[in-house]
Amino acid sequence: MTDVIHNLTIAIVFAPLLGCLLTGLWCRIMPTRMAHAITIGLMSLSFLLSVYVAKLVLFDGGASNSNLYTWLISGSFQFHVGFLVDQLTALMMVTVNFVSLAVHIYSVGYMEEDKGQVRFFSYISGFTFAMLMLVTANNFFQLFFGWEGVGLVSYLLIGFWFNRPAANFGGLKAFLVNRVGDFGFILAIAAVLNYFGTLDYVPVFSQMPQFAASNPTMSIVSGTSSSVVSVISILLLIGAMGKSAQVPLHVWLPESMEGPTPISALIHAATMVTAGIFMICRMSPIFEYSATALSLVLVIGATGALFTGFLAVVQHDIKRVVAYSTLSQLGYMMAALGASAYAAGMFHLITHAAFKALLFLAAGSVIVAMHHEQDMRQMGGLRKYMPITYLTFFIGALSLAAIPPFSGFFSKDGIIEAIHAATIPGAGYAYICVLIGSFVTALYIFRALFLTFHGEERMDQHVREHLHETKAVITGPLLALAVPSIILGGLMIRAMLYPTDFSLLGHSITVLPQHDVLRITAEEFHGVWQMVLHSVTTLPFWFALSGIAVAWICYGRFTTLPVWMARRFSWIYRVLVMKYGFDDFNQLVFVRGGRRLARWMYEVTDRELIDDTLVNGSGRAIEWLSLTLRRLQTGYLYHYAFAMILGLVVFLIWVIF
Amino acid sequence: MISLSTYLSVSAVLFGISLAGIILNRKNLILILMCIELMLLSVNTNFIAFSHYLNNTVGQVFVFFILAVAAAETAIGLAILMVLFRKRNSIKVEELNILKG
Amino acid sequence: MPVPVSDLMLAAPQWFVLIMTCVTLLVSLWSGKKASPWTYGLSQVTLLGAVVITALMYDQPRTVAFYGNMIFDKISALLTIFVCVITAFVLLYSRDYLKQHKMAYTEYHVLTLFSALGMMVLVSSYSFISLYVGLELFTLPLYALIALRRDAAVFAEASMKYFVMGAMASGMLLYGLSMLYGATGTVDIPSIASAIVGLPQGQHLIIVFGLVFVLAGIAFKLGAVPFHMWVPDVYDGSPNTVTLMIATGPKIAAFGLVVRLLAEALPDVHVAWQHGLILIAVLSIVLGNIVAIVQTNIKRMLAYSSIAHMGYMLLGIIAGTASGYSASMFYTLIYAIMSLAAFGLVSMLSRDGVDIQRIEDLRGLNARNPWLAFMMLLVMFSMAGVPPLAGFMAKIAVLEAVISVGQVWLAVVALLFAIVGAYYYLRVVKVMYFDEPIKKTDIELPSMDMRVAMTINGLSVLILGMFPAVLMGLCRAAF
Repeated sequence: MTDVIHNLTIAIVFAPLLGCLLTGLWCRIMPTRMAHAITIGLMSLSFLLSVYVAKLVLFDGGASNSNLYTWLISGSFQFHVGFLVDQLTALMMVTVNFVSLAVHIYSVGYMEEDKGQVRFFSYISGFTFAMLMLVTANNFFQLFFGWEGVGLVSYLLIGFWFNRPAANFGGLKAFLVNRVGDFGFILAIAAVLNYFGTLDYVPVFSQMPQFAASNPTMSIVSGTSSSVVSVISILLLIGAMGKSAQVPLHVWLPESMEGPTPISALIHAATMVTAGIFMICRMSPIFEYSATALSLVLVIGATGALFTGFLAVVQHDIKRVVAYSTLSQLGYMMAALGASAYAAGMFHLITHAAFKALLFLAAGSVIVAMHHEQDMRQMGGLRKYMPITYLTFFIGALSLAAIPPFSGFFSKDGIIEAIHAATIPGAGYAYICVLIGSFVTALYIFRALFLTFHGEERMDQHVREHLHETKAVITGPLLALAVPSIILGGLMIRAMLYPTDFSLLGHSITVLPQHDVLRITAEEFHGVWQMVLHSVTTLPFWFALSGIAVAWICYGRFTTLPVWMARRFSWIYRVLVMKYGFDDFNQLVFVRGGRRLARWMYEVTDRELIDDTLVNGSGRAIEWLSLTLRRLQTGYLYHYAFAMILGLVVFLIWVIF
Repeated sequence: MISLSTYLSVSAVLFGISLAGIILNRKNLILILMCIELMLLSVNTNFIAFSHYLNNTVGQVFVFFILAVAAAETAIGLAILMVLFRKRNSIKVEELNILKG
Repeated sequence: MPVPVSDLMLAAPQWFVLIMTCVTLLVSLWSGKKASPWTYGLSQVTLLGAVVITALMYDQPRTVAFYGNMIFDKISALLTIFVCVITAFVLLYSRDYLKQHKMAYTEYHVLTLFSALGMMVLVSSYSFISLYVGLELFTLPLYALIALRRDAAVFAEASMKYFVMGAMASGMLLYGLSMLYGATGTVDIPSIASAIVGLPQGQHLIIVFGLVFVLAGIAFKLGAVPFHMWVPDVYDGSPNTVTLMIATGPKIAAFGLVVRLLAEALPDVHVAWQHGLILIAVLSIVLGNIVAIVQTNIKRMLAYSSIAHMGYMLLGIIAGTASGYSASMFYTLIYAIMSLAAFGLVSMLSRDGVDIQRIEDLRGLNARNPWLAFMMLLVMFSMAGVPPLAGFMAKIAVLEAVISVGQVWLAVVALLFAIVGAYYYLRVVKVMYFDEPIKKTDIELPSMDMRVAMTINGLSVLILGMFPAVLMGLCRAAF
């Protein structure tokens, strides 16, 4: 079975690449229909195979870890391309392929009028390939390849409409912020290579217990010493913070909304941004041995969960609301990882992929119907024009707000309970953050729902006349994603979080006994329906419900209230609109400061010293040398012969003496 | 009895003469072909001398190969010379300088 | 002394090429036409047949045959395969050019095949005699090939220069070999290696004296400084297809020469030849890269670039380790592929009696034919050593070899001049992509098989760069 899994994985990973290359290489001449058929056909193949592999791995207990190709041998280091397929990988493959397939189909409708369609399909297939490389990797090197691959496609797609300045700015910002994270990640890989001598997961993870027991230290600043395990973990965390948009490296994600909406759903909600979460789960054997890093993960995650949620409340752009909501939900996942509830983080990752992709695509459906208008102040009352979109958005919102028995309820409740049970430093603060966060979540998403679909119709006459439900290629994926948004949580919770006889994650995740919070919370779990019924007596449920209530009061019933509030508490409102000043801080310190430094460098060191003296100087010198040496080639045979003899004599002297 | 070093000196001198001939001659290409032939002969002298003093025939076998190849080489050299002469009406070495730089 | 049948079998690729070349010659004569399709077809069958035979024999153990004159090992097998494949590509690329420039069709094919046979003999030689015969067999047809086009005086001039200097170089090589023979009393490569070990100090000087002459001969065949003078003039003055031939296969054969003479016959005077090669390599890298900058003629520019590349290739030999030799082998093979593509494109563009000579002639190539321009772009980037192309991997391999033996300064020099080198490669790219074309007309595309071959050739530079392990593994297994 191992071989079957390995071979199928090869097909799963490379089918999207084939689609990407076929459409990409002939993007100028290929008919759009054909591009759709190729990419969607190969994506479907990949999806079906990944479901089959998931069956083999999750239910029949198969696993595979083998190298496909040795890319390079350099000294004693070997760099492989290889696939590690265990439960974690299988779950991620199905998630990625499902969302990707839905987005491929949806894009047929959404990108209908775009001229660069074939290029677009090539990009998203390429993205899927890179993401699959990332999740199936069996070594850090390939992980990094996938990591950079998804990043690259992400920048390309944010700037897909390259003649819009905002899109270019967004792409640039994403690129720059991710560089910070990637820098940490590269350092982490270098440290692993240095201390373990290999980049393959299995030997590194199996050496970890002894390695941590010997408590090695390194000196970063002379005179201090830090634990190597903590340093590696924190560097990995920095990498994850960049890709998964954690505070304070979260600033790029809202800007990424300049890309086409399917991209926001695929890359910036369901898959790529969860790469950091996946990576930390995969690295659980390393993180578990560093209490410092775990606390840091917990605090950063919880902070992001609450404070980026607030920002969503004051946004007017429907996509930005969903984008900030993504930031907040990523915070939840990260916090779960910090509490060593990796399973809960993964669980939320999967349910979130479904309902967040649903929310994005529903928002996209609204945007298509509104002729690419994204401001919610121009919407309202869309309920009767777009019933399917309304229904699916509503389901997504309920799931996001963690209302039982929707999917999001199970996963988020699992996280909150796990953090409640955690004892590591920062757990108390984190619990308060995620609790208040559940109120904020319900508030902002229902605010968006009421503003968009209820109330008076604020759009202009022309748009209203053309309002109607979008096509089946758009609503189809919405309905397809609505199903897991409703039932996935209830179906999976036992096997994911509180396994008794059957476990979805198996042994793919390492948790030390002293950190195992899910074992504690498992004692209070008595089945899915009991959990739903029991939720009425828990705090998070009432927080969420009051969030919905407040949203209804402010945006459904008394619509003047928010305006009054904004005026009354204008300083809070200002802070939120300014996004806590992160952007201004970056703009002021890094961008303007960097620019001033750069200008000085350019004018003084670069232009005068380097350019004029060194570069042009050496350039001139080389050109002069070149012209001079060229004259040696006189064209006369006897000169050439003389040069040979002279060379011979010089060599005699050089070698013998 | 002539010593080995005498033979080696002779062949070294022959080798030197042939090199000098190639460098100093600026007029006639045929002279260069002759010098090349001389160079190979000096090598042959070396091989035969060594072969004799080492009591080992393989050096003489080598000489036969060199002679055969040298004949082929000269044939090709003369053929090229013919082509050159037809195009240029001259076989002066100092006029061969279209290609340079 | 009868030769055992098994020995004859080991030389099967050489036999096959020899017999088939004679058959090609006879059939072409009888067919009576000036450019018979039989000539071309049989030549390709000859080369591809040799490839197939060698590939089938590839797993045979290392065997010495013909009383120590010939060896079959992984080095000879791999180099033979590459020589034949590359020569096959050369013939394919030349086909139209030969017809359009009315060059002697049969002679070109037969001489090329004989030259390839010489290279095959050379790479599997195991004594000085077979080595010398192979060497001359592969160079003599090249002199004739250059003079094959008789419509201008430059061709005869280039041929004459190459001939005179080539003969001088083989004279020097022979003189060195005679010294080695005198000191050891044998011409068999393994016997020389073992004889040197027990030599007294006085005899050692003779070995080193001979070695210098051998080095001179080797450096000439590689086209390395200061024995490089022929390279630009011959590349420039040959018909484009002959330049294509000279710039590819002979480099592989010369690598075989280096390995047999230095690595296998003289491992014990490693220090002495390492000393000499350092000078040759550094001078080649410096002079090749610098003088290439001011060239306006693309063939001359590529000639100087080949001088520099041979310098880089020698870095691996200088390391003197098995991984160094395999890195050099990898470099040579990659260089042969790149050079094949570059000169192949130049020949392919020289259509309808027009010869591409100046870099200016490539102006705006992208606008006229994006496919050709893209292939050229890949090759230029690869030669400049831009990742992820094959040239980058090859440079990394030799630099790693030279660093691993502690010669860091060599690696630094090599890198610095690689940057200088990037300038002239990128200039070609700039001219193709950013300059306005002189003629606006589309370029007439060559026939389908040529286009397919060129695409394979160009993309192989990319693919070998991204997935170097297969070829690298073969090179590693050879040593």
